[in-house]
Amino acid sequence: MALPSYAGPLERAWYYGFRVICGLIFFFLMAPILIIIPLSFNAEPYFSFTEKMLSLDPEGYSLRWYDLLLTFGMLAPDAPRDAAWWADAWENSAWIRAAKNSIIIGVASTILATALGTLAALGLSRPEMPYRRAIMAILISPMIVPIIITATGLFFFYSATGLAGSYAGVILAHATLGIPFVIITVTATLVGFDHSLTRAGASLGASPQTIFFKITLPLILPGVISGALFAFITSFDEVVVVLFVAAHDQQTIPRQMWNGIREQISPAILSVATILVIFSIALLTTVELLRRRSERLRGLSPG
Amino acid sequence: MADIADTGMASAPARAETLKTADGTPLKAALAHAAKRARRRAFLLVAPLLAFVVLTFVAPIGQMLYRSVANDGFSANMPNLVRWFAENPETEPDESAYAALAADLALAAEARTIGVVGTRINYDVSGTRSLFTSAGRRAARLEAPYREALLDLDEEWGSPALWSAMRAASAAHTPNFYIAALDRQVDPEEGIVSVPEDQRIYVPLFWRTMMISAVIAGICLLLGFPVAHLLATLPMRLSNLLMILVLLPFWTSLLVRTTSWMVLLQSEGVVNDVLVSFGIVADDARIQMMYNQAGTIIAMTHILLPFMILPLYSVMRTIPPSYVRAARSLGANNWTAFWRVYVPQTVPGIGAGVLLVFILAVGYYITPALVGGSSGQLFSNMIAFHMTRSLNWSMAAALAALLLGAILLLYWLYDRLIGIDNMKFG
Repeated sequence: MALPSYAGPLERAWYYGFRVICGLIFFFLMAPILIIIPLSFNAEPYFSFTEKMLSLDPEGYSLRWYDLLLTFGMLAPDAPRDAAWWADAWENSAWIRAAKNSIIIGVASTILATALGTLAALGLSRPEMPYRRAIMAILISPMIVPIIITATGLFFFYSATGLAGSYAGVILAHATLGIPFVIITVTATLVGFDHSLTRAGASLGASPQTIFFKITLPLILPGVISGALFAFITSFDEVVVVLFVAAHDQQTIPRQMWNGIREQISPAILSVATILVIFSIALLTTVELLRRRSERLRGLSPG
Repeated sequence: MADIADTGMASAPARAETLKTADGTPLKAALAHAAKRARRRAFLLVAPLLAFVVLTFVAPIGQMLYRSVANDGFSANMPNLVRWFAENPETEPDESAYAALAADLALAAEARTIGVVGTRINYDVSGTRSLFTSAGRRAARLEAPYREALLDLDEEWGSPALWSAMRAASAAHTPNFYIAALDRQVDPEEGIVSVPEDQRIYVPLFWRTMMISAVIAGICLLLGFPVAHLLATLPMRLSNLLMILVLLPFWTSLLVRTTSWMVLLQSEGVVNDVLVSFGIVADDARIQMMYNQAGTIIAMTHILLPFMILPLYSVMRTIPPSYVRAARSLGANNWTAFWRVYVPQTVPGIGAGVLLVFILAVGYYITPALVGGSSGQLFSNMIAFHMTRSLNWSMAAALAALLLGAILLLYWLYDRLIGIDNMKFG
């Protein structure tokens, strides 16, 4: 809404005042995330800007905390950096191991959640689905129930069934937590889906499998991928379940961060945080591009 | 519908026969059959996921609920005493009771379960765990008369409170954890009574959680409303650009955002440094913004703000600007047009945002645990405390069940008012 030319001085003041207020709120949203990026290059073990950093002196900045990420937990961190050193880092560095665990658990739980969730979303979006509302409520509930309650329940369940401290246990739990996101995004994509396309396929003799893989899936793929990314980020960011049911072998990045924050908080945490922020920017860009593509495919907006 | 069906029936005899499909079955039956098959097919698509969620989510929560009323730590390991309690429902403990107790202590010490037994009684009568473990070490050498022998070990064995606790624990199922979770206790004479004011923990904590969550939802609404309004009224291209500023925090790891706030709010942190350098705060009087309630509220407001902006935005987007213009042209001033015409149309978005933020805030654990100190702890932190520190798992389960009840009530309200189908991201 542009400011009309007949606006009085009070209206004019409010028009600009309102934008300043909104600017401050955007600042409140973004500043905490952006401020850790320069701080992670701090040469000193402080959480504030030093004199040297403020005067943009190169000596005030360093990569020491990123280096610590590599060396923390290594057997021989001070050895010359040859192939053996890198092999040591790959095997023993605590953060690299956490990253490997996060990726294994995240990818496996995402595949599980996306496959089951997409199938269920197809059923849920059919008009003839019985008990739709009740079933939807059950499937969405892992997102609503506080994570601490889920983790408590899983702790009892896993100690009884022997899944505690195993990769399978963490993967199943994370898949459950990711499912609501897949269901919501895929059913939202299916709202605008033109069912005459599948009927046309069927009338031309395609089997249900062919219809799904050749017609339905390519059209809903953007929604499926955003759902999968949501499921992945849910697993990638989850700490409470890992805290309760995982053993030392299944430490993930958030779990390692939790340790770092609770025990000896050092700027090394900020360097992890910076890497994660860059990672989330990449994910957000992907989801945005997919969303626009999906809208264009369905003809909802001119693109 | 019924009328149409009736007239259909009435006109059928006039045509002398009912409609049939090619293979001779009545059309109605064939349609019903087809509809049934379609329903079954739709259900079969959902069935694998439903089974999965029931197994990995509903069953664990069910087991947790069972755990909140069941604790067989005492009853499974003290068979003689359990039998004595069952045979003598009213009598005071006599020599036979003490004999059973001594036999069980020896048994439990042998099986190394004496610690479990002591822990179970310790939940109800504090300080008794060591009583059991030390008696267990000497139980094998005890001789008749057992009453004197046990009282010689420790006078506490004669305490009526201890015996009534053991009698209560001799049943594997007990409502005691819920009674304790509601800050009540069982009094031998008066039944269930409130614990003294200074010992109440859970009920005040529950109300504090509700209050902090309400404050956070309120601040989020205050901050989210202008931003959502701006995003909804700007041209699409610009608002899409600004939307990134809302979505990036939404996509950023929760721990990262909590860490940033820890860095910002520390007494040697950026916010205090800025305040000191501008001379607003003296260097030796830096504001304590973290490890207290303020820290929890600031960090959680920031984390939950996108959950307020997104539903508000999606509702505001659909409000035609012509309504406000019409109000203005009919003589309403800016405020009246906004308050009487615009705001009522945003109510569904306000409801969705406030409820969503409130539901999420009530169950929050990580942020309060890291920045909350002691005054900023929420109900979830108490559950975690009983799970990881005091190891009173039945108590944790009872507290979790109460929190779950509160959340499900809110969730039901959300579903009634907004509908879970309408939940969207981005």
